[in-house]
Order: sequence, then C-alpha cells, then structure tokens
Amino acid sequence: MSEAAAPESVTMMDAPIRLTYSYTPGVAQSEFLRALTERRILGQRCSTCEQVYVPPRGMCARDGIALEGTFELPDTGVVSGFCIVNIPFAGQAVECPYVSASITFDGADIPIFHLVQEIDPAAVHVGMRVQAVWSEEPQPSMQTIRYFRPLEAADA
Amino acid sequence: MPSSGAAPGDVLTAEHVLEYTYTRSVGPVIGRFFTGLREQRIEGIRARDGRVICPPTEYDPATGEQLDDWVPVADAGEITSWTWVAEPRPEHPLAEPFAWALIRLDGSDTAMLHAVGARAPDAVRTGARVRARWRAERRGHITDIECFEVVE
Repeated sequence: MSEAAAPESVTMMDAPIRLTYSYTPGVAQSEFLRALTERRILGQRCSTCEQVYVPPRGMCARDGIALEGTFELPDTGVVSGFCIVNIPFAGQAVECPYVSASITFDGADIPIFHLVQEIDPAAVHVGMRVQAVWSEEPQPSMQTIRYFRPLEAADA
Repeated sequence: MPSSGAAPGDVLTAEHVLEYTYTRSVGPVIGRFFTGLREQRIEGIRARDGRVICPPTEYDPATGEQLDDWVPVADAGEITSWTWVAEPRPEHPLAEPFAWALIRLDGSDTAMLHAVGARAPDAVRTGARVRARWRAERRGHITDIECFEVVE
C-alpha cells in the first residue's frame, strides 16, 4: 500500500477475505479426538458390511445406518498410498521434501492421512508398516500424533 | 486444524479461519479517485447526460462510453438512505454501532455508500446533512474517510 506522502497514483488495494468458521467434528469424531489424548485409537464397525471406520463417523457411508459404540485399535498400520511433497507452499508446517501418506490402522478399512518421518522419503513404499509417534502435549487433535515412523518388523 | 474446548454435550468445536490475502488492481478511474482521497479530495466523473457520478465509473452507465470529464465534489452531502448496524462485526469500519448510508455529496448526482458515525439511530435520518471525517494518515483507499458525521 502506498505511503501517505507518496506522489504515485494508487493502482492497487488490499482486499483480503477472511472467513471464520466454527467447525465441529461431530459426536463420534469428538470421542475419537478425546481418546487420542490418552494415546488410544478408536474405530467403529458397521454391523451390516463389517467395514471398520477410523476415525469413527457415527454412520456407515455405504449402508447409511447409524453406528454405535467404539472399540480400540493398535497405533500401528500400513502405508496404503503416499506422496513426496517437494514444492513449498504458504503455511507449510514441515520442511520439504516430506512424505504425506494414506495410512490404514491395523484392523481398519478406511485410511487416514498423516506424515511419515524418520525415513528417507525415497525409501517409503506402499505396504510399509508404520507406528504412530505421539506428542508429549496431547490435545483432542490429529496433531497429537506427530507423525508415523517405520516399524522394523517385516512389511505387510 | 487443532480442536479445542468443548461445546455443550460431548461435541468438540474448533475455530477455523480461511483467509485469502488478495490485492486487487483498481484501474485508472478508481485509482485516480483513491489518489484524490489520499490528498483529502473527492472527485466525481461527468456522464454523457451531464450527471456527475461519484464514486466515479470508468464507463457511462447508459451508453457504455469511456468517461474522462473529472469534476471536484464536496466532502459533505446528504443522506438519501440508511440502515442501522447495532452490532458491528470485526470487518466493519467502526467498532461502535453506526449506520450504513447512501450519501449524495454536494456536486454529485449519485449517492455513495459509506458509514455514518452516530450515537444512536435517532440521530440519523434521510435528508440529514453529513460531512466526511478524514483519517490523519491516508493511504489511497475508501477508508481514508473514517466515516461521515451528521452536521446540524
């Protein structure tokens, strides 16, 4: 923006758009996020199709029925897809290159998205077994899992 | 986005802000209008039918012809319509309750939207005379006029 004493004509104006949302994850995912603070992973199984949702959604997207009750899963899983991010963008939390992966917890049928670290990005592969690395400052947030690290055990 | 705090019952809520930091090109006519505001001047532009338009438009609203006949306009005028904002939002020009008003400045034939600072809605009326309250530090923007004030 031009200074008050600048002689140049005005050519540009700041026109920021700011939208403040109040976001709710819903009942089932609230329970999931709270359990993360105790380092527990919760899922829900559909009584019709037997799919296991992690995070739980409170309903089955396939059968359209409400799901009740949750059960605990281990904090280990498998990389079911990944992307090596090489291009920086505004607001990026991690230094490039880094791995953003689709991770299916053991016993789940739906993957979550998270980081895979403690490994050379070039060595990440589909089927790789990983385990959650937990934050020392638990919050009801996915960031309570800092990232996933490779498990030394054999690949799935 | 991190979640924090608990809503009534067992459901979490979190604030999530989406922000786009756009910078817009204002074009030659609004550019000159803004440049004038920075110098505490208001300019309108004369349409082909002789009417003065303020804020100025780049093209004649009736014929589409390009306009370039600039006309000085006063920083005082008359409210032609208004509405009261009892609970200003963070983006609003004034933090305390105010009126949005259409203001026809002296020397202009059209009205301009701006804020009118007033203590209460009964201090504002259609036909009331108002005068611009200029900012001390101006940057070439419509907010160089902090608001208008009713003058008796």
